[in-house]
Amino acid sequence: MNKKPVIVATTGIVFLVIGMMASMAIGAKDIPINEIFGAILGQSDGIHAQLVREIRAPRMFCSLLVGGMLALTGTMMQGVLRNPISEPSIMGVTQGATLAVAISAVSPLIGGMYGNFFMALLGSAISGVLILLFSMRNASMRSLSKILLAGTALSTFFLSLASVVALLGNRSQELAFWVAGGFRQASWMQVAFLVIIGGSFSIASLMISSKINLIHLGDEVAIGLGTSPERIKMLTILFLIPICGVCVAVAGNIGFVGLFVPHIIRKLIGNDYRKLMPLSFLWGSVLLLFADILARKLMAPYELPVGLFTACFGVPIFLMLVRKERK
Amino acid sequence: MLYNQIKNIRRNKIVLMSICFLLLVLALLIGLMVGSYKMTPNDVVNTLLGYGDKMQNFTIFKIRLPRVCLAIVVASALGVSGGVLQGITRNPLAEPGMIGINAGAALFVVLLISAKTTAYYSSISSHTVILMPFVAMLGSLLAVALIYGFAYKKGVTPVRFILTGVGINAGITAIISFYQLSMSKGDYNQVLTWTNGSLWGSNWNYIAITTPFVLLFILIICFKSRTLDVMGLGDELATGLGVSVQKEMIFFLILSAILAGIATAVAGNIAFLGLLGPQIAKKLFGSSHRLMLPMAACISSIILICADTIARNLFSPLEIPVGIVVSILGVPYFLYLMLKEK
Repeated sequence: MNKKPVIVATTGIVFLVIGMMASMAIGAKDIPINEIFGAILGQSDGIHAQLVREIRAPRMFCSLLVGGMLALTGTMMQGVLRNPISEPSIMGVTQGATLAVAISAVSPLIGGMYGNFFMALLGSAISGVLILLFSMRNASMRSLSKILLAGTALSTFFLSLASVVALLGNRSQELAFWVAGGFRQASWMQVAFLVIIGGSFSIASLMISSKINLIHLGDEVAIGLGTSPERIKMLTILFLIPICGVCVAVAGNIGFVGLFVPHIIRKLIGNDYRKLMPLSFLWGSVLLLFADILARKLMAPYELPVGLFTACFGVPIFLMLVRKERK
Repeated sequence: MLYNQIKNIRRNKIVLMSICFLLLVLALLIGLMVGSYKMTPNDVVNTLLGYGDKMQNFTIFKIRLPRVCLAIVVASALGVSGGVLQGITRNPLAEPGMIGINAGAALFVVLLISAKTTAYYSSISSHTVILMPFVAMLGSLLAVALIYGFAYKKGVTPVRFILTGVGINAGITAIISFYQLSMSKGDYNQVLTWTNGSLWGSNWNYIAITTPFVLLFILIICFKSRTLDVMGLGDELATGLGVSVQKEMIFFLILSAILAGIATAVAGNIAFLGLLGPQIAKKLFGSSHRLMLPMAACISSIILICADTIARNLFSPLEIPVGIVVSILGVPYFLYLMLKEK
């Protein structure tokens, strides 16, 4: 029993390392492994080394971090809402961020990288608070169908507004790429943002994982064991919002990662959030690394949006979860 | 006493109905008047009676009248489709746009259009125009079959049906966006307008093709509306009253999908209209489907004509997809409904 998490973790790390290497080696120009090491250690300075340092490596780190963070946010949300299919992209949080990004892309006032980040944070904050209001107002909101419909409605709403903004600014196809998600514009700057903002809040959320365990058992149990469920829920959502914001700002709207990664890990190791959250992070990273490689290679020289791959995995698992749900 | 009450209720309903129809006429008039070429109400009436000059005739008969007529056809189809779905799922939030029926139709039409290598309305041949409603129907039926199949586990429960629908919707939307992204920018903007719902480029051909079908199916549904009423009481009670629930559910699902498919074929994916119309009609006219469904069609038409007028004129000369206007109007109402529900 206790061995399982160890096994899941080690295989995860092995795959992660393979994925990291593959992600740097495979692309429009294949780079041999020894040159990658050379580039990382700063020995060579040829075109391959530059490719690795300036393009492949930041992209690799972006997909790794975003994948992990998305899986982590999904796990947290499922824990506190006690609901197996909640996930930021289903609940409309990422779409809120998308709307804000669309506005900042079109309006000349707040342009540039910082503008995008700031707006994505703002957008996910607003939609996150809305979700918070809906799901915590009364107990009946925990019923699956309602949460889901509310989330779908909110996402439609935000995306509609975003399309209007984009149409008016003649940027609609760019927006569509954004909505579909991808790492085309990854740079070290974005890695830095992910590490600083996303990383710090991820660590903070990992620290409250034992509390999420209690919430998952039910409000009464949590109160009985001396934690205030409302406070933990608030805290969780507060940590969620900036993580979602940076993920959208970097990679656009990548759906379903937070849905099925935690689901599979939960199947394997059980419901202990102290292990579930870090392992989801790990496997989310692995998944998105490979999805990104596929997105680059499958129809080269064109690039497919990563969000399509995650949807391919995600929709069947979503349907399976719905089938299993009683009531 | 009771008799008087019933009489009062009936009179109230007639008053309400006349108000609705008046509003519809008013919306029609405004829809015909407003636009980049402005007309007075007098002009509109005169032109309709055949006394307009060349410019006015062209504006009314070639551009605006087909557009508002198509709006009525589309809105009626979607309104009734939504009303039926809400009846059989007993969920006020069910709607063809949210559970993937519209998306299925949209996917098939996108495939058809891209197979003909053009995404421009103007260059779609009349051959394709005739084909479109049927292809869309096929798509919506396929979507329903998929949802039903995935939700089937010793019968289909309404909740599982809706949840599965939301998932299918996400899947189909992803496929559509895959197609859209591989298009050129011009094509993309056209298809975007279309997948978000638009009445742009409506002409009498579309109306001639869709109207008979929409009328026929709405009539069939109204004729069978008693069954819908009974199904609203719950599966057990309906079975007890002699309704074969699973069979009737499939029957109504197919009709509702066909209606939504036809609407999507000519106007694209307009979400939330199938929610707004029936819900308002239910509030005003009670839940007897025989009265509620036609009034849902009427109210949906009012909403769609108004939304279309806004979509045409708000950012004139740029037109935004009418579906977006409808969802911006519809979502707040949807959320209000959710919050109010216990």
